[in-house]
Amino acid sequence: MLFLQLVISGIAQGCIYGLIALGFVLIYKATETVSFAQGELMMLGAFGGLVGMTLLGFPYWLAVVCAIAAMALFGLLLERVVIRPILGQPAFSVVMLTIGIGYVARGAITMLPGIGTDTQALPVPYKDEIWKIGGNEFGVGALVLNVEHMAVIGATAVLCALLYALFRYSKLGVAMQAASQNQLAAYYMGIPVQRLNGLAWGLAAAVSAIAGLLLAPITFVHANMGFIGLKAFPAAVVGGFGSLPGAIVGGLVIGIVESLSGFYLPDGFKDTAAYIVVLVMLMVKPNGLFGEKLRKKV
Amino acid sequence: MRFLFKTDYAQDIRLAKHGGHVFWYSALLLLLFVAPWLFAEYWLAQLTLVLIYSVAGLGLMLLAGFTGLFSMGHAAFLGVGAYTHAVMTNAGIPFPIAIVCAAGLAAAVGLVVGLPALRVKGIYLGIATLSFGFIVEEVLARWESVTGGNAGIHIAKPNLFGWVLESGTEFYFLCLVITVTATLGILNLLRAPTGRAFVAIRDSEISAQSMGIHLAYYKTLSFAISAALAGVAGALYAHNLQFISPDQFNILQSIDLLLMIVIGGVGSVHGAFLGAIFLIAMPQVIAQVKDFLPATVGQAPGLQGLVYGLVLITFVLFEPMGLYGRWLKIRTYLQMFPFYRKGMFKRQKSFQKSDRLK
Repeated sequence: MLFLQLVISGIAQGCIYGLIALGFVLIYKATETVSFAQGELMMLGAFGGLVGMTLLGFPYWLAVVCAIAAMALFGLLLERVVIRPILGQPAFSVVMLTIGIGYVARGAITMLPGIGTDTQALPVPYKDEIWKIGGNEFGVGALVLNVEHMAVIGATAVLCALLYALFRYSKLGVAMQAASQNQLAAYYMGIPVQRLNGLAWGLAAAVSAIAGLLLAPITFVHANMGFIGLKAFPAAVVGGFGSLPGAIVGGLVIGIVESLSGFYLPDGFKDTAAYIVVLVMLMVKPNGLFGEKLRKKV
Repeated sequence: MRFLFKTDYAQDIRLAKHGGHVFWYSALLLLLFVAPWLFAEYWLAQLTLVLIYSVAGLGLMLLAGFTGLFSMGHAAFLGVGAYTHAVMTNAGIPFPIAIVCAAGLAAAVGLVVGLPALRVKGIYLGIATLSFGFIVEEVLARWESVTGGNAGIHIAKPNLFGWVLESGTEFYFLCLVITVTATLGILNLLRAPTGRAFVAIRDSEISAQSMGIHLAYYKTLSFAISAALAGVAGALYAHNLQFISPDQFNILQSIDLLLMIVIGGVGSVHGAFLGAIFLIAMPQVIAQVKDFLPATVGQAPGLQGLVYGLVLITFVLFEPMGLYGRWLKIRTYLQMFPFYRKGMFKRQKSFQKSDRLK
């Protein structure tokens, strides 16, 4: 029972990693650049939800939709203003650029008077509820499920289904796949590659915002919550950097390993488990679980 | 404008290309040697810190700027050096032996990290070094019997076989000597075949390999030298603060080091120094300007991060060659005075050099 409990909380945490990793992978597939600002976008999304719910007094669902839409627009804007001019430069320039964006986002949020330096709880309707399954009539030995965790798992499943449908059935999704496989050929076929790259950033920012809104009830909203994005990198690598399902699977692997090692292994392994897993993965199978084997032609 | 008439092959690899170099660098060295008598104690301490960061920056510059391998966990090497040195110094081992051991251990750790670098490249290498950085930080925090854990450890004053360096001035000279040695070493390395091999690997691994450069050997060598320099810098850093704890060697420190070489100018030795000056001077400048800003902006805790981020974005977008690139442009403008053309330093866009299978 305890084992199952650990696995479920690991899955919930893994879903968050997976969603952030999904943002990396979307951007990587579209533009072959790596965004280190994904965690900060998540943090901005959570703050967006917080502002909607507390300052503007929106109901829960309206606030969530507004936060996600706002972040999608922000992603589009970010791509247009700072990323597009730099495309074609070495990949490292973009990495430094996104690190800069992360610094600015964190600094700007911290500077907000009143809410920037505090940690707030996001007032969600399902806060602190638990479900109990099984056990005797006194609730001993029952499987205790935290509704916050179940919300994360459920929302991730729905989001994955939506993304799958987008990439499988919609014209837009197919065009995005084409552009990510061969930009030049896609451009010749009349696909507006640049606009699609912008959309990929918007989508990635929206997914990160969802991750932030799901994570917020579990950990609280604060300016440094974006650092969790650094654990989503191992998730993306374990899954294979260019694979969307791989990102979610990688996230789940990291989440479960972290949860189990936190309980069964000595102190300190919980925080480093993700990194140990990724180092092992890079040694054994650098392309990740789902990554395709790449060979560069000269 | 200066015209160089080359009459000898050795002129191509001479350290000082012409009399101007000799004059100005001698003047700089002279200024640095008399600095303790010119500047107040506080500014001398800042200058010491600049020198220490320059050594770490030189190491990272060799790896990132000249070999093209980006390390996002360089603070780990700094930490390994600092802790090795601190533990050995506190055990009464003289400074020169301790610092050599610190550099050696950091280099050995660098070798271990360099090995996966042979298999992975680009962003994967970044993530491997990032992960490694986190693991080292955790080890430093948990290995309490040696490192003192999160409480940190104090370090005794540097002891050169009985001559204890008590004052800031003496420590400044120690840093100066080490920095000058490291700089000359790097400059010499870069004009030697080894350095050429590094640059060849940076520009194109495949062509370097075709020219008979052993990739595995040179990549691990670059990692080891870079880590050794970071280890030396870490040892000096420990003496400078006299107290070290694991959180001084976290991801933010690694990013600071990267930020330093990017803003200084990737691919130039000058860049390491200019970046170090920037990194140390920036908080001072912000502190000075703060008082003139409205209180809600000036006193907000996030101001420094915001400014760092904006500066970084500005440099990547508008001046990818960094401060040194800007200086090159200004110098060329002055040298050619009325004839400078706008397109002289135009960056070439290389659209989608895709790593993907076509």
